[in-house]
Amino acid sequence: MSVSDDPSRVAGGPALTDLPDDVSVATEEGRRLAEQLADNRRHARKLLEVRNLSTHFYTRDGVVHAVDDVSFELDYGETLGIVGESGCGKSVTALSLTRLIASPPGKIVSGQIIFDGIDVLKLSNEEMRLLRGKKIGFIFQDPMTSLNPTLTIGYQIAESAKTHLGLSRKAADDRAVELLSKVGIPRSRERMGDYPHQFSGGMRQRVMIAIALACDPMLLLADEPTTALDVTIQAQILELIRSLSDEFGTAVILITHDLGIAAGMCHRINVMYAGRIVETGLVDDIYEAPRMPYAWGLLDSLPRLDEVKGARLRTIEGMPPDLIDPTSECRFAVRCKYVHDRCRSEEPELTPRDGEGHMARCFGTEPEGWIQ
Amino acid sequence: MLGYIIRRVLWIIPVLFVVSLITFSLMHAAPGGPWDREKKLSASTIAHLNEKYGLSDPIHIQYLSWVGNMVRGDLGPSYKYIDRSVNDIVADGIGTTAHLGIMAFLLSVILGIPLGVIAALRHNKIPDYLATFVSVIGIATPSFVAAILLLVFFSVTLRWFPTHGWDGWAEPDTMVLPTIALSLFPIAQIARFTRASMLEVTRKDYVRTAQSKGLRERSIVVVHMIRNALIPVVTILGPLLAFLITGSFIIETIFSVPGIGRYYVTSIGQRDYGVIMAMTMLYAAAIAVLNLVVDVLYAYIDPRIRYS
Repeated sequence: MSVSDDPSRVAGGPALTDLPDDVSVATEEGRRLAEQLADNRRHARKLLEVRNLSTHFYTRDGVVHAVDDVSFELDYGETLGIVGESGCGKSVTALSLTRLIASPPGKIVSGQIIFDGIDVLKLSNEEMRLLRGKKIGFIFQDPMTSLNPTLTIGYQIAESAKTHLGLSRKAADDRAVELLSKVGIPRSRERMGDYPHQFSGGMRQRVMIAIALACDPMLLLADEPTTALDVTIQAQILELIRSLSDEFGTAVILITHDLGIAAGMCHRINVMYAGRIVETGLVDDIYEAPRMPYAWGLLDSLPRLDEVKGARLRTIEGMPPDLIDPTSECRFAVRCKYVHDRCRSEEPELTPRDGEGHMARCFGTEPEGWIQ
Repeated sequence: MLGYIIRRVLWIIPVLFVVSLITFSLMHAAPGGPWDREKKLSASTIAHLNEKYGLSDPIHIQYLSWVGNMVRGDLGPSYKYIDRSVNDIVADGIGTTAHLGIMAFLLSVILGIPLGVIAALRHNKIPDYLATFVSVIGIATPSFVAAILLLVFFSVTLRWFPTHGWDGWAEPDTMVLPTIALSLFPIAQIARFTRASMLEVTRKDYVRTAQSKGLRERSIVVVHMIRNALIPVVTILGPLLAFLITGSFIIETIFSVPGIGRYYVTSIGQRDYGVIMAMTMLYAAAIAVLNLVVDVLYAYIDPRIRYS
């Protein structure tokens, strides 16, 4: 059992421990949700279960199958990486979890999302709102545009706490100060009144982390949180996410295209390609024995320090397929060096490989396959 | 900030100087003069009048004397209304015109902004189509058509409001139709601008952040969207207010509102030089001052903007 099962846990030090866990029970919906959460916590084993999730976008050119029949699970306090190149459905998966897909054109067409025992897709909009920010925090890719330029950062942090924890303005401000210093902003009380443009990119991402953690969520969705930052800042931000998620027992879904980052941060990894999970498993299994040519390609394209000087960076040839009309072949077939006829006539299923929970979607690496 | 405002205020002086120079030159370059009548005056009468009003002096002397008088607050005589000075004409009408203009401005803002916001929030749904329909009508209908339709319907048929006259707050009935007629176009303009700006803001990352925080729909719209969406809308409000408070020839004529808007158009036809200059300067000064107000408001709405 992880820390998050203790209903009295509140982030941010002793000053706040006298707060009830669920204060937004002022409304009927809030009360119902709170009861359901408490009940589920006693019985549910997984924090998150995603089953056969499909999210489509209805565009002028056709239906884009951005997320196609994706299933995965997440334990309390676990860190899961979702990796893959641009446009493979990583962000859409994360946005679908909190039903933040812009609709129209997007729509979750099928599947089930069970968060802490709650069937997310069956919630009313108001119940969904009570989960967002409170139980699920979000960090977005670009800290330069993700904060509201006309509001002080203090306000932007405090407003979640005010909305979800029912804190007074003063108490919410105190909490925001505390969070700001927790994410490593010096002189946090003085900086409460500053606006986002007075902060650097790295500092803004720290503010985003403070916002995401304002209500001590059970799950943190970090969508490429360091892609827009320079490398030295990247490491600091990742370390911050890791230490705070450890401290609060928050589960994290880290979305990244950088396998190096995923390796350092995650317990398990989902490799996504063209809207599908193509390989999943513990970090060590995926890095030491990847069982899907796309995952090899991703690993091979990491630049290495021990490389011969002047050697060319390796890339995966070709482009990801168009997601408008997915064919019935293996979606990686056109780019795969090991492709056989079978790959072009049917799509492989995710099947088990060596290692705990290790699965891959590849005919070639199945026991009777041709790649060993 | 204060230094910035002082500098901007001082800049208004050269702006007005250039405007006055151009207007004065164009006005005198136009053929004809203030004494042209259906029945021609005799040459000696015209010569005498020109002598009396200094119109026979070289043009630069006339300009300099106009500038000199204006700086002392004397806008000169009217050539059309012989018994009244331009100061009298402006002083009599400016209060009514500004009153009507401000009423119309407030109505436009109060209706235009919510209309645009609602249209954007219900994008491509019935409220949006309705709001867009109303805006297109508002922009496409000339004010003389709208004014007359309002008169026919509300004054003649329903007899709710008087057909003409203006008594301000003493008789609020008299204010209704002129105010509505004058605000139709600005309402439509503000609504369209607000709608476009709100739609732009809807796609911003920080709105998605606000949603991901689980805020109430109302606070996402009010706190996170409207304030950002209003920044471009404020830009058009300055010139709009300047336009409204300096009067509308059509509305003031149709509803017999005793303002100064009527004089602006008639004075040009009559070559009533003093009135033309006074009205132009008034309009230019209003634009200059209100643009400054808008720029100061920017800094208030958008913390990224700081003047030094």
